[in-house]
Amino acid sequence: MTSTTTVSETPGAKPAAPRAAKTPGGGLGRYILIRALLIIPTVFILVTLVFVLMRTTGDPITAALGGRLTADQLQERIAAAGYDRPLIVQYLEYLGQIATGNFGTTISDNRPVVEVLVTYGGATLELAFYSLIVAFLIGIPFGLVAAYFRDKGQDAVLRVFAILCYATPVFFAGMILKLIFSVWLKVLPVAGRASTGAELQMQFLPNPTGLYTIDAIRTGNPAVLADVLAHAVLPSIALGLLTAGVFLRLVRTNVIGTLSTDYVDAARSRGVGEYRLVRTHAYRPALIPIITVIGLQIALLLGGAVLTETTFEWKGLGFMLAEYLQARDFVAVQGIVALLAVIVALTNFVVDILAALIDPRVRY
Amino acid sequence: MSALVRIEGLGVSFATDAGPVKAVDDVTLSVERGEVLAIVGESGSGKTVTAKTILGLLPSTATTSGAVILSNKAGTSETDVVSLSKKELRAIRGTDVAMVFQEPSTALNPVFPVGWQIIEGLQAHSKISRKEARRKAIDILGRVGIPDPEVRVDHYPHQFSGGQKQRVVIAMALVLEPGLIVADEPTTALDVTVQAEILDLLRRCRDEFGMGIVLITHNMGVVADLADRVAVMYQGNVVEQADVKTLFASPQADYTKALLAAVPYVGHGTVTAEARAANRPADWLEQAPVVEARGLQIEYPGRFGRPPFRAVDGVDFVIRPGEVLGLVGESGSGKTTIGRAIAGLTRVTGGSLQVLGHEMNGIRERRFRPSRSRIGFVFQDPASSFNPLLTIAECVAEPLVIHGRAADASDARQRVNELLEAVQLPSAYGDRFPHELSGGQRQRASLARAIALEPELLIADEPTSALDVSVQARVLELFAELQRGFGFASLFISHDLAVVDILADRIAVMYRGHLVEGGTGAEVLGAPVDPYTKRLLASLPVPDPVAQAERRAELRRIREAG
Repeated sequence: MTSTTTVSETPGAKPAAPRAAKTPGGGLGRYILIRALLIIPTVFILVTLVFVLMRTTGDPITAALGGRLTADQLQERIAAAGYDRPLIVQYLEYLGQIATGNFGTTISDNRPVVEVLVTYGGATLELAFYSLIVAFLIGIPFGLVAAYFRDKGQDAVLRVFAILCYATPVFFAGMILKLIFSVWLKVLPVAGRASTGAELQMQFLPNPTGLYTIDAIRTGNPAVLADVLAHAVLPSIALGLLTAGVFLRLVRTNVIGTLSTDYVDAARSRGVGEYRLVRTHAYRPALIPIITVIGLQIALLLGGAVLTETTFEWKGLGFMLAEYLQARDFVAVQGIVALLAVIVALTNFVVDILAALIDPRVRY
Repeated sequence: MSALVRIEGLGVSFATDAGPVKAVDDVTLSVERGEVLAIVGESGSGKTVTAKTILGLLPSTATTSGAVILSNKAGTSETDVVSLSKKELRAIRGTDVAMVFQEPSTALNPVFPVGWQIIEGLQAHSKISRKEARRKAIDILGRVGIPDPEVRVDHYPHQFSGGQKQRVVIAMALVLEPGLIVADEPTTALDVTVQAEILDLLRRCRDEFGMGIVLITHNMGVVADLADRVAVMYQGNVVEQADVKTLFASPQADYTKALLAAVPYVGHGTVTAEARAANRPADWLEQAPVVEARGLQIEYPGRFGRPPFRAVDGVDFVIRPGEVLGLVGESGSGKTTIGRAIAGLTRVTGGSLQVLGHEMNGIRERRFRPSRSRIGFVFQDPASSFNPLLTIAECVAEPLVIHGRAADASDARQRVNELLEAVQLPSAYGDRFPHELSGGQRQRASLARAIALEPELLIADEPTSALDVSVQARVLELFAELQRGFGFASLFISHDLAVVDILADRIAVMYRGHLVEGGTGAEVLGAPVDPYTKRLLASLPVPDPVAQAERRAELRRIREAG
């Protein structure tokens, strides 16, 4: 075939040239910018919702100290904290405060909320990170296997496993894991983020980050790192399995969908091997819907962290949230919930960007 | 010279919950080098299953008997595909036999650049350097007629037009230089002018590369254009095999005769249109038109700061009472948008569109709603235009209930039965669910629903393009009958000139949002003026190999003339 005999595209064909002239990936910057700007109203709405939901149940002072102080003393404290002013004034003041990074002071133990967030936020992020790794390591490969062996033995077993994973409450899974690995086998610690010795070593570091894994590496002592990692295993598995079950089902369903498409058959007809068909041709397009749901899952993961943290006495935001809720410390609760909301909004932003990077068609 | 592929006594059955279902029964075929064998038949005839067997692409639920002897390009070795292991199958796929798929937009993986996908095929079969593979990919893209292949090799599938995508798919099939190409409905998803180009490209694969081609199609025009030999399949059997001229000139099997008789020919509708025109009342031209468009303009808003897309630009036309206007055009020409605008489903953004006395430019839904009962709409895909949870009777009764002609579905049942009878469906079918009907039956039910309120205007958007050709013929006949009986005016939208010709009193040709030509069938089809209409007409393959060869020469002249 020479170019002279080549039939040119007629004017009747769809005009593809203008779109093609655009370099692949063009406009991604604009896309990211729009998504980034969308975070602002999202966070604003979330923070507002948290404020409204907290305050409709009454003022924080009465909630925290009611019954322990006389009515006069209560009134005095309420006035001192400014909670007797109109709600709208308090709301605007609250917005102004968080805009400048001031989340107020906890009522029960009189600590700046920001300090609480920084100290315990690291622990929660660490737990969420490890759990996600567990979820990815278990959910995605097994999801691919289940999809490839659809409706066969392997698939049936994996589906039951997935149901067990996400139907078992975290605290129950946590207790079983503790019973097996800590009490019977005595190979892993029962609770906490590190043993006292290791914690002490890390405290002597200049500017500890609060992320124990990083701090442990900085001590330069392998024993400390091993201790920290050993403590993270069971909570990460307990929380990670919950999400792994969802990932497994998600990957399975979407990959079954893409495995039956023409382009997988087309690749097969070119002589591409079965492993590569699943791993590359079916998996990559299936990732597009998967990534979106993963964003939503992270919100659930943070919710699940509350239970995991209390089960394993993992002193993170979830653990503190439970403590402050018991103390009816609404200022602290408000701060923690607002931070979790912001994390979820940011995660969704990252997920949107990832989806755009995988799917060349999403770009603006 | 031995055959490229010999299929001997092939039988394929699929395991289903209801037991094994035989899809292909005792099929014997062969393809020589440099020969195009067309396998024709309707959906479910087993033609695609037969073709996929050659590549060993059947699902694991399939049981195969017989033999498929495939020879390599040089003719030095032969293998029976049916007995190959998975690994051995991988080795022959792409090198000995390659496949071209029906829908180019789904045959390319959307998340990888086209060059990547071509290179992958090369690397699956030989140790070839990335650079060398890329050079080959660019080379093959250029040879199938992709302009600027050095740049386009890195583009994603969505950045190509439908015809270009099919060229890319063909490039992938060609790159390993197999002896045989299996093309499964390679032009069905394409516009007719693009179809002609792809058929030319496949012809070059045969003539310049000496490849054998198995062409699966239901389009007899495509067969006449490209095939050397034809096998007609019906219900899993080959009912007739002959060279292409013999088959069209003197078909032997009854099924082949019926299939050929069902194919619409351009020019056959002129007589009936003239007869209808002669029977119009004297004052017909003075009667108020049902639809009148003047400088009609329809824009779709652009996404977030992008300019709007003008789908219809400055279009004028008139539909008078009882008249059928055929609207022809390729995908994206704006024909469906016009249909939707008349039904009040899409907003008119400029010019004037009068429908049943209402000005649609700026009309409010509330004011137009009463007139909706005077307009019927038939959709393209009968599979998705019915609510799957309602019975056919409930679906057909819906317009009656909504517009207050009946209290509920059971109250309307008498009328529904009459309607089903009018579209030649047994009234018992009313109790079935949409998925329990065949495509043709569903489209009849769809017609029954559209005429339930005895509309003055019926908009039919590609009502037969999802149907097999013999089913299409019956549905078109039914449409003509209903139009005679009920006397409604109609806008009949189609990409198929021959279909429009059968039904329309007048034909309007759309091209990129503009109406380029209009007139009676005799005028537009007999003596087209606009260059696009000429090309469209010349691109349409006629189901007659001798005449088609002449038309192909004519089309080449038109193309060269620009």
